[in-house]
Amino acid sequence: MTIGVPREVHPGERRVAATPDSVKELLKLGYQVAVETGAGQEASFSDDDYRAAGAAIVDAASLWASVDVVVKVRPPQVHPSLGVEEAALLKKHATLIGFVWPAQQMPMLERLAQRGATVLAMDCVPRISRAQKLDALSSMANMAGYRAVIEAAHAFGRPFAGQITAAGKIPPARVLVIGAGVAGLAAIGAARSLGAVVRAFDTRPVVRQQIESLGAEFLTVEIEEDGSGSGGYAKEMSPAFIEAEMRLFAEQAREVDIIITTALIPGKPAPKLLEAGTVGLMRSGSVVVDLAAEQGGNCVLTVPGESVRRDGVTIIGYTDLPSRMAAQSSQLYATNIRHLLTELTPGKDGQLVVNMDDEMIRGATVQHQGAVTWPPPPLTVAIPQQQAPAAAPVEAVAAPPRNRTGVTLAALALAAIALLALGAVAPPAFMAHFTVFVLAIFVGYQVVWNVTAALHTPLMSVTNAISGIIVVGALVQLGKPSLLTAVIAGCAVLVATINIAGGFLVTQRMLKMFQRD
Amino acid sequence: MPSGISNIAYLGASALFILSLSGLSHPATARRGNLFGIAGMVIAVVTTVLAGTPDGVPIIIGAMLVGGIAGAVLARRVEMTQMPQLVAVLHSFVGLAAVLVGYANYLEPTTLAGAEKVIHEVETYLGILIGAVTFTGSIIAFLKLQGTMGGKPMLLPGRHVLNAGALVVCVWLGYAFLSAPDPQLGLVPLAAMTVIALLVGAHLVLAIGGADMPVVVSMLNSYSGWAAAATGFMLGNDLLIITGALVGSSGAILSYIMCKAMNRKFLSVILGGFGAVQAQGAAAEQGEVLPVSSEEVSSLLKDASEVIIVPGYGMAVAQAQGTISEIARRLRAQEVNVRFGIHPVAGRLPGHMNVLLAEARVPYDIVLEMEEINDDFEKADVVLVVGANDIVNPGALEDPASPIAGMPVLEVWKARTVVVSKRSMAAGYAGVDNPLFYKDNTRMWFGDAKGSVDALLRQLEETPA
Repeated sequence: MTIGVPREVHPGERRVAATPDSVKELLKLGYQVAVETGAGQEASFSDDDYRAAGAAIVDAASLWASVDVVVKVRPPQVHPSLGVEEAALLKKHATLIGFVWPAQQMPMLERLAQRGATVLAMDCVPRISRAQKLDALSSMANMAGYRAVIEAAHAFGRPFAGQITAAGKIPPARVLVIGAGVAGLAAIGAARSLGAVVRAFDTRPVVRQQIESLGAEFLTVEIEEDGSGSGGYAKEMSPAFIEAEMRLFAEQAREVDIIITTALIPGKPAPKLLEAGTVGLMRSGSVVVDLAAEQGGNCVLTVPGESVRRDGVTIIGYTDLPSRMAAQSSQLYATNIRHLLTELTPGKDGQLVVNMDDEMIRGATVQHQGAVTWPPPPLTVAIPQQQAPAAAPVEAVAAPPRNRTGVTLAALALAAIALLALGAVAPPAFMAHFTVFVLAIFVGYQVVWNVTAALHTPLMSVTNAISGIIVVGALVQLGKPSLLTAVIAGCAVLVATINIAGGFLVTQRMLKMFQRD
Repeated sequence: MPSGISNIAYLGASALFILSLSGLSHPATARRGNLFGIAGMVIAVVTTVLAGTPDGVPIIIGAMLVGGIAGAVLARRVEMTQMPQLVAVLHSFVGLAAVLVGYANYLEPTTLAGAEKVIHEVETYLGILIGAVTFTGSIIAFLKLQGTMGGKPMLLPGRHVLNAGALVVCVWLGYAFLSAPDPQLGLVPLAAMTVIALLVGAHLVLAIGGADMPVVVSMLNSYSGWAAAATGFMLGNDLLIITGALVGSSGAILSYIMCKAMNRKFLSVILGGFGAVQAQGAAAEQGEVLPVSSEEVSSLLKDASEVIIVPGYGMAVAQAQGTISEIARRLRAQEVNVRFGIHPVAGRLPGHMNVLLAEARVPYDIVLEMEEINDDFEKADVVLVVGANDIVNPGALEDPASPIAGMPVLEVWKARTVVVSKRSMAAGYAGVDNPLFYKDNTRMWFGDAKGSVDALLRQLEETPA
């Protein structure tokens, strides 16, 4: 089969769905690859690069007419030079892979359905750990988050890092990041490494650790409500929470220089978090970067695709942030696409197989052989909270069944009663020994927990040697007059001494080997 | 010697034993700790001999000389890979000594009566019981570790019923023992119990598979301590009680750590039979494995700046630690940051890998524990897995149906490239297929571990960077 890589026709789109490197990998999967002339130009990949990688360079019309699989970045739209919609150009029963946004693009999907097409949406890949390598939303969000900081720095009239110079003090920029998803975390990291003081707000308490690990301060509101929805995304919050949230943003607006908003709720327009009044509280020269601009924006003043100034505050609503770093974004996206195609080509024979039993492929497939298959049935597997660093699966192990504590308590009570009963009848000499015994167990417990894991083998051999102390018992018996006792005790002395000598000497031998560099 | 003085001497010996264990908290202080232990033992033995009657002294000297020489020869001859066997066989001596001391004590006429007599006899009975279980259990563990006996668990039908039955019989015999009117009659139930306890000890360990040995050896370590403590109660000797309790709790903690590292319940390990439960329901994730040659591994390592080596029991079996140490030294000389990641249950004894690497003169500060290194795999360029399987199985975290689900593992697959040295594609001890082998960033380096690393070392020598 042949994979086609058309040039993106969306205005301002510079990315491309395959790079010369990924073309090489696609060829290894047994496919042939056709690339539209000039497809990679804006992302700094020339036609010659593609040709050297083994792709055929063709024009748009023959590309669309001949290939069996089209890989794209943007959803199909009207082709400016051919004058037809891309959906109509697709060969019958061919496959289309790219960002599709099925919720917004239903009419387009239906047109594709008439052509019997199979459509895989990169934006519908389920968030399961197996699918991370083809999670294009995350890889693009990562780029967008970084670029948002760069755009903010560009529009902001001061450096990010603070300095004390002979000519006066430069205060560090204060950045507030709202929403700590992939984009938010990337923005925090970028702003921190430029030297800014960063705070971050998120409705999901689980991301606190991730925010703090990047060196930002975690902001929260006083209302107890967990905003973690399914799939590691956020859910919509209650009115009381939103009100508290708004107050917090108003407070912060007075203090910070830059606000970067990344709040998105799947399948809904972006929540309005910054009202005109809040923006008005910001100092003149401040910057707002709205990463949700394409979904309507988190700030009411945002104009999607543009940078506007209101009361001295620059509000950036660019919708092409990943595209502004086309070379890197294309490379990441092409890798995501390549991983998906690897999954779709189990035989590595250039034959595309859409296995609808595979939950990852099922989730991504929004249309199969002309039938719309979106939305997919809900996933049954537990989904990890986030794929960002240090997401520990705490919930899985916490909360053992309550009755276990009951059992433990009962056991403790029984033990206490047994001990008290023992104390009631036992002679004082025994109780003295028993006290020593219990205290020694506690000492042993405290001491042994401090032993480093590397020395567990020496610990065993030394405790072994020490337990040869039983020789003392045998020695005591030897003093007794009976011959039989003496013989038995003599044997005991013999074996216990083997233990003592062997244990201590081998421990010494082992410990000698442990040396520092 | 007045008893006050010997008590003080015993107290000193106990303190020295505690210091000895606390010395092991760091390799730098560990040798001093061991010397404290030796000093404590010398004080204890000398005090006991001086406090006793002089006619036993020739026997004592004779027995101690023979025992000491035997022990010294054992300690000198043993290979570091044979440490598990040595530790197991030493445990059996403690068990045997406890049994012997118990009998010797019982054969002596006592002046005790009433509750004191009952308690004394219970102590004797328990001391012999624990000692006997430790004795045969350790012998079987030794034979299994030595390879004389197969590592596969031996599962008798109704083994739980057998064990429970044996316990009931022991309790009943104990009652008969306590109510015996004179010591001669008491000897019969005592001897019967000893035989049963010996059988139970053997049976318990027979039912446990090879890879559960770290738990078994720690458990026997603990038993040998409790046996010593019981003997101490019997003789009214605080030194024995303290030492026994120290050893007992140490072994118990080690067993707990090992169980935790395998995500298993202590009871289910002890009751045995894990090796027989084969993988069912676990997703048999198949895929293509990417084989790699020694030359390719060599160039991978030379291009890397962060390398982590994960050794497992296979390294010990193949005796490959010396070569691996040399490889690490060579790479470190070329400014490659080489470190070792050790899983708590790698090998057949707690800390087994650390001892082997120390023997091969790998500096201990680059040998890290699982918790210390698990976050660093993401940054590693190459991870070299030598002779390990289940401890690097991503299925434990990703596949809830896997038999080892929930077991903490070394997350080697997060590294850029993972090279797995393995004899064949056979499953590990747990019988679980390892999805690691099919990951995109995994390269399989087939062959005997020793042969593979030797070839790699030659490659590194021939082509200097």
